[in-house]
Formats: sequence, C-alpha cells, structure tokens
Amino acid sequence: MSVLLGLFSTVAIIAGIVFFVAGTVGLLRFPDALTRLHALTKADNLGLGLIVLGLLPYAGSVGAALKLVVIWALVQFAGATVAQMIGALAVREHPTSAGRQRR
Amino acid sequence: MADALTLAAIAVLAAVALGLVRVLRGPSRLDRMMAVQLLGSGGVAVLALLAVANGTEAILDVALTLALLAAFASVALARALGEIRKDGGETGR
Amino acid sequence: MMGLVLDGGIALLTIGIAAWTIRAGDDFAAVVGFVAYGLVLTLAWTRLGAYDVALTEAAIGGGATGVILMRAGARVKPAPAARASRRARIIVGALSAAVAAGLSAIVLLPPQPAPSLALEVREHLASTGLGNPIGGVLMAYRAADTFLETVVVLLALFGVWSLGRDAHWGGRPGPALRPAEGGALPLFARVLVPAGIVIGIYIVWVGADAPGGKFQGATLLAAMAILAGMAGLVQAPATAGRRLRWLLAAGPIVFVGIGLAGIPLAGAFLAYPPGFEKPLILVIEVALTVSLAAMLALIVAGPTERAP
Repeated sequence: MSVLLGLFSTVAIIAGIVFFVAGTVGLLRFPDALTRLHALTKADNLGLGLIVLGLLPYAGSVGAALKLVVIWALVQFAGATVAQMIGALAVREHPTSAGRQRR
Repeated sequence: MADALTLAAIAVLAAVALGLVRVLRGPSRLDRMMAVQLLGSGGVAVLALLAVANGTEAILDVALTLALLAAFASVALARALGEIRKDGGETGR
Repeated sequence: MMGLVLDGGIALLTIGIAAWTIRAGDDFAAVVGFVAYGLVLTLAWTRLGAYDVALTEAAIGGGATGVILMRAGARVKPAPAARASRRARIIVGALSAAVAAGLSAIVLLPPQPAPSLALEVREHLASTGLGNPIGGVLMAYRAADTFLETVVVLLALFGVWSLGRDAHWGGRPGPALRPAEGGALPLFARVLVPAGIVIGIYIVWVGADAPGGKFQGATLLAAMAILAGMAGLVQAPATAGRRLRWLLAAGPIVFVGIGLAGIPLAGAFLAYPPGFEKPLILVIEVALTVSLAAMLALIVAGPTERAP
C-alpha cells in the first residue's frame, strides 16, 4: 500500500513539475498574449494541483492536508479570475486578431 | 524523501525563474504580469513541497498567506492596468 | 547538498530580480519586479527558518506594498525621469556601498556571544501563556516597541490623509468608484473576501503558539477590504466618521490603557499582573488587529479625494 502511495505521489509531483515547465516554455515561446495566457493557466491549475495531490498522502495530519487543498483552491480561483481580466485586456488591445503580432 | 521533495522544489523554482525572462522581455505589461503570476504559483508550490519535506506545518501557513496575497496583488495589478488603458492608453515599453 | 542548491538558486534569483527592478524603465514594470522580489524573499526567509518573517514578507512585502506602490505611481504625474548629476550618483553609490559594507561586517563578524533574548524568553515564556517565543518577545519583552510600531502606522495614515486637498478633508478616500464592471472580479471578491477573513483571523489566532500574529493577520484583513472595494462591493468610509476614528484608535487606546494599569497593578508600565497575562495579551492583540487592519486598508485607499 505504501509503495503504491509512494509511486502515486512521485508520478503526481513529477507531472506537476512537467506542467510548470510547460507553462514556462509556453510563456516564453508562444506568439501572443492570449496563447501565453493559456500556457500560464495550465501551470497554475494543473502544476500546483498535481503537486498538492502528490503531497496529500504525506501531509502528516488532516489539518495540514486540508490546508494544502485550500491553498490549491485559492490559487486556482485567483488564476481563473486573473486570466479572465488579462484576457479581457488583451482583447481590448487588439480587438480583431486578439494580439496576433510577433515579437 | 526529504531530498527528493527538495529536488522537486528546485525543479519548480528553476522552471518559474526561467519564466521571469518574460518579465524582462515584456513586451507588453500583460506579459510581465503573467510571468509574476507564474512565479507566485511556483512559489506556493515550492513552499508546499518544503513544508512536507521539513515536516513543518508553519510553512503551510506561509504558503496560505502567499497564495491569498499573491491573488490580491495580481487582481489589483490587472485592475490598475485596466484603469491605465482606459485613462489614455499605455505608453508602450 | 540539495538544500545548498536551492538556497543558492533563491539567492541568485533575489539579487537578479532586485537588480532588474532598480533598472526597470517604467512604474508598472518596477512594481511587478518588486512584487516578484517579495515572493522570492518569502522563500528566502522560509529557508532560513524565520517563518514569522516569511509570513510578514508574504503579506506585506509582496502583496500589500505592491498595491500601495501601484496606487502611488498612478497619482504621481509621469514626469521625464530626471537624471541625477554625476556627483550625486557617486555620493549615493558611495553611501550605499558603505551601508552594504557595514551590514556585511555585522553578518561576518557577529559579537560573541550574539546578543539574544532567546534564552531568557524561553525560561519565562510559560508565564505569558504563549507558545510562540516571537509572540512572547513582542508582547512581553518588547511591548513598548510593538506599541510604537502600531502608532507609526497610524502616523503614516495621517501623512497619507494630509496629502488630500483641504476641501476634501474628512471625505472619502480615492476617486468615486466606477460602476461595477461585471465580469469575474465581483464574483471573485464575493467568494475570496469571506475566505480571506477566516484565514486572517486564523493567522492572528495561531500567532500565540506558532508563527503568525496581528501584523500579518491585519494585512490579510486589510487586503480583503481593499479587494471588496476594488470589486465595487463596498465604499471606502468617510474619514471623518466617528465610528471609523474609534476603530483606528481602539488598538492604541487599549494598549496604553492596559499598559498604564500595569503601573499600580504590576509595578511597571506595560507589565501584566501575574495570572492575567494571557487574557490581557489576547485583548490587546484583538484590538490592535482591528485597528491595524483599518489603518492599512485606509493607507492603501489613499488620500481623501471627495468632499465629505
């Protein structure tokens, strides 16, 4: 059981790191604000979400596990809101192509 | 176990630190904001990993505070950006 | 080994972000850099095991100060950046180098043994009923400092208010709110503010036995008030309001009152009569939290801009 849990945690945390790396790569490589936003929100939600998921079995207490979940929910919710606001600003800036310009 | 989690923290920190290049380069203010948003989520993830690695629950409180205040700062910056745009366009850079 | 790599990375990141923030071209970029700097410093304090400081940095350094700077930047008319003369820059550079040299001397050559209240506090901590030695120092050994810190925040608020026009004295801070824009922000505020208030109170409460406390908790509460304001859910109160003035004064008044009562009852200003330490400290903490939250929120709200 504990081996399985360890495996689960390892996979989840590594997957979380992959999403953070992917978010960074997207932020650096994608051509305009809206696509970069897409990369960012994946790192926010899935990256942190998977890491929290992987940490849960080792949180030590129910309180600590609960805090981890609350932390993830906070970041998730804030990320969604900020993405909404940034997206609206990006569209307002380039109403037709939503910011299709190369650097 | 603790070492593996610290390694994971290093990986996350390295990833989001690289994302900060976007803050340097811009070109728009939106891009800078996004990079800081990524650093905020990454910082929270690093703190969560360290909390479990050290077995220190106090670090979770730091992560909780950071998550809340980073959310607040991001929203405030986005709002300020909206006001700047409305009041007369941004000056570029 | 792992720890060393992590610490090195955090240190490099801190210095890199600091350097970039100093060189940043415009206000917005500099504020963004400053917020990032606060985030990384939080990690640094955490790695140093100074969780109380990390909490403060997370609350005040990155979030709240970033917003204050943003608002200040928006108030100041963008002027062509005046380049200081060569001589002025050399003097500033030399002074900064002197400060850096002094600090590194202190870090590298600490007095032996390092002056510390730690032992003394640990011995007597039980008598204060607190479990967090930092809380113990702040409320029992350095109570006067804690009191003065609160008063400094109040003075800062007076400073902010004094920037408003005479005609607006006692009015509401900030420009009249634009009608709520719809979109995500009002919903976000409706959900986050109650959650944030609970977390703020928790941080104050846990401060008795673990890292946390009134300054950090009050900052969270203030941030939630500002957030509700930004979303158009609440109006900033008129600064002449009697209730508001009492709210601001409550913390310092309670602190001074209990402090003065200590002279006849316990033999010294700000001494607590034996047996009543914990409840008295709790009363002071609660009153200070409420007042500090109001002060910080009003500092962010800015000078009065509307006539009463």
